[in-house]
Amino acid sequence: MSGNAALGEAAVLSGCTCYFGYPITPQNELTEYMAKRMGELGRVFIQSESEIAAINMVLGASVAGARAMTSSSSPGMSLKQEGISYLAADELPAVVVDMVRGGPGMGNISPAQSDYLQATRGGGHGDYKTIVLAPGSVQELTEVVPLAFDLADQYRNPVIILGDGMLGQMMEPVSFENIKPPKEYPKDYILTGAKGRPARMVRSLLFDTKEEEEHNWKLVRKYQRMEQNEVRYETFMADDAEMIVVAYGIGARIVRGAIKRLRQENMKVGMLRPITAWPFPAAPLQELANTVHDFFVFEMSAGQMIEDVKLALAGKGRIHFYGRPGGVIPTPVELYRIIGRHYYMAARRKQQ
Amino acid sequence: MKKVYTRPKTLKEAHFHYCPGCGHGIINRLLMEVVDEMDLREKAICVAPAGCGMLLYNYFDIDTLESAHGRGAAVATGIKRVRPENLVFSYQGDGDLAAIGTAEGFHAANRGEPISVIFVNNGVYGMTGGQMAPTTLTDQVTTTTPLGRDPILAGHPVKICEVFAMLDGTVYLERVTVNNPAAVLKAKKAIKKAFQCQLDGKGFSLVEILSPCPTNWKMGPVEACRWIDEVMTKQFPLGVVKEVS
Amino acid sequence: MTTRTIFSGFGGQGVLSMGFTLANAGMLEGKYVTYLPSYGVEVRGGTANCTVVVSDEEIASPVASEPEFVVAMNQPSFNRFQNILQSGGLLCVNASLVDIASARSDIEILAIPTSELAEKLGTIKVANMIILGALIKASNIISFDAMIKNLAELLGEGRSKLIKLNKEALEMGFNYVKE
Repeated sequence: MSGNAALGEAAVLSGCTCYFGYPITPQNELTEYMAKRMGELGRVFIQSESEIAAINMVLGASVAGARAMTSSSSPGMSLKQEGISYLAADELPAVVVDMVRGGPGMGNISPAQSDYLQATRGGGHGDYKTIVLAPGSVQELTEVVPLAFDLADQYRNPVIILGDGMLGQMMEPVSFENIKPPKEYPKDYILTGAKGRPARMVRSLLFDTKEEEEHNWKLVRKYQRMEQNEVRYETFMADDAEMIVVAYGIGARIVRGAIKRLRQENMKVGMLRPITAWPFPAAPLQELANTVHDFFVFEMSAGQMIEDVKLALAGKGRIHFYGRPGGVIPTPVELYRIIGRHYYMAARRKQQ
Repeated sequence: MKKVYTRPKTLKEAHFHYCPGCGHGIINRLLMEVVDEMDLREKAICVAPAGCGMLLYNYFDIDTLESAHGRGAAVATGIKRVRPENLVFSYQGDGDLAAIGTAEGFHAANRGEPISVIFVNNGVYGMTGGQMAPTTLTDQVTTTTPLGRDPILAGHPVKICEVFAMLDGTVYLERVTVNNPAAVLKAKKAIKKAFQCQLDGKGFSLVEILSPCPTNWKMGPVEACRWIDEVMTKQFPLGVVKEVS
Repeated sequence: MTTRTIFSGFGGQGVLSMGFTLANAGMLEGKYVTYLPSYGVEVRGGTANCTVVVSDEEIASPVASEPEFVVAMNQPSFNRFQNILQSGGLLCVNASLVDIASARSDIEILAIPTSELAEKLGTIKVANMIILGALIKASNIISFDAMIKNLAELLGEGRSKLIKLNKEALEMGFNYVKE
């Protein structure tokens, strides 16, 4: 099954009852899959007139109490930022999928990781954050998608699934057995018509600056809870490693291939793969820095996640970087050579 | 003694923030009168705009969401698809519906979403200080058309009802005003009809209300009401533009 | 064991379906598989390629830097992908369209006259299955039986005519390669 289709089925099984989307490569298979499946199930599917309309339909469906999702790719995500900011301000749950492609501007349709900062820094206007999940395989989508819907409901906040063109297009065997029926969350904020209760209002307009500030601090406290409780990551051959590669998503998948080769030549390289790009796994990285001096950041971008690695390490250790922006997919051999060279140089430095 | 006039039950006991002579207050009251008379408080969900109408939820005792500027029709679509049994209406100004949110309004209309749009047309951007709106009349002076709106430079007034009438999804489109008691009663009837269309599941309905904005028109309230009759309705003729039975 | 194969050719030559068929058969055999299609702007024409990894263990990367096998259905694909084939790797070539005079000397070439063979079956559309059958024989990536069983699942149980045709094409390619 392709990543895009697997994502769609995982959303269906996670209780997504509304999907709104606008065509953009490389995520069209997801929109097409949802058109078919949601129709079969009598759920809501609309091909909207724009990404802006799609995210606002999501907002409407969410405020009406539904589990709603939209998906897009980089240029379309830029358009969705307005709506994501409103979702965060209104404290409404939603799941937004970004199958990242090469940019900036029109860029191209090849897989890339160049929207990391947009996703992890809020992306739109105002002081807000979104949880960002970065799956690394088609099978992992079946864990990440239900988690995204649950976290969105639990925190009443938009959650971004940050994939890329390759994850969307790639096919792998996939099993959906691990997806449990969706949990119920209290929905005491949704609009249903004021039947037997006072009228509700959902808004982000707070003219009173004191009120707006208090609202902002309330959001911040929520984001702090996320940072405490929702960090997810995976390590690979990190126990005895002398160099740790930090990479996520498909980038991490390619790094795995490279590390296997490096290990065959006794180069002690391991990896830390953030599954939540935000909140970023800073603490585990700091802990690794107690025993490891060299950290190698690989991204399919000109260097965005490296900012988080620098913040996490806070001057400890040495950070190496290799990036391929523009939608270029590096090969495991390429990474093997480059990481190997850095490893060798680092080992020599230690001897001196 | 018999009480002949009172505050609608769903209109909260708050003072309107609107300027003297503004049409919003009348339109707000009309909407809640209709909600009361059609017994819709427990069914109605209102989507408020950005602009002078953005504080509706301070006045309406019904479930209300404030949407981003121009996105009312898309948000209302999302709500209505999840809750088809509710009455969902958006309240949008001319900048909101006829400029920044044209795509959302147009396509909701084209899909025939069974929602109602209350479209308040006062020919200016009121809240931001009286700039040109898409519906500003030819030759009308605003802060961004200091010499009057020149169609060659700034285009023509957008006639939303006439444009939407061409879409197969629309079932009821009427242009009304609120500048005299008879007109107010007509406006109320139009709102009722739009809501009834939605309750009957017929499709997309819209009521365009020509509304006085004395502050930004630089007129007195009475003069503004007269100007609607003498000038505005010449470019925006009143009446039912489309009704599908 | 892990094998990496790149299928390449013109869009419309059934390049992606060759890869998908192999990946699906591998999955039915209980192996780890990944299928990574290239996707371009063109829907028809242009170049197409895909990478299939079949392995007994979890697959680290779906991208192949130095594949063991390459199937080239046209000249541009042959020119491009023979360069990244592993030394000693196998290159299956559509001999009806590709001139192999410029082939590397450290690789094995398997030239299949797909057009001529396909004509015997009455349709050029199964050229891809012929060359896939030949690849299976020469490479042993998966068993030929799994490949045949896979057809019914991919094409739909009811479409017996289509299944028969594809089976014949796979067998033709398989038998074309001498032990």
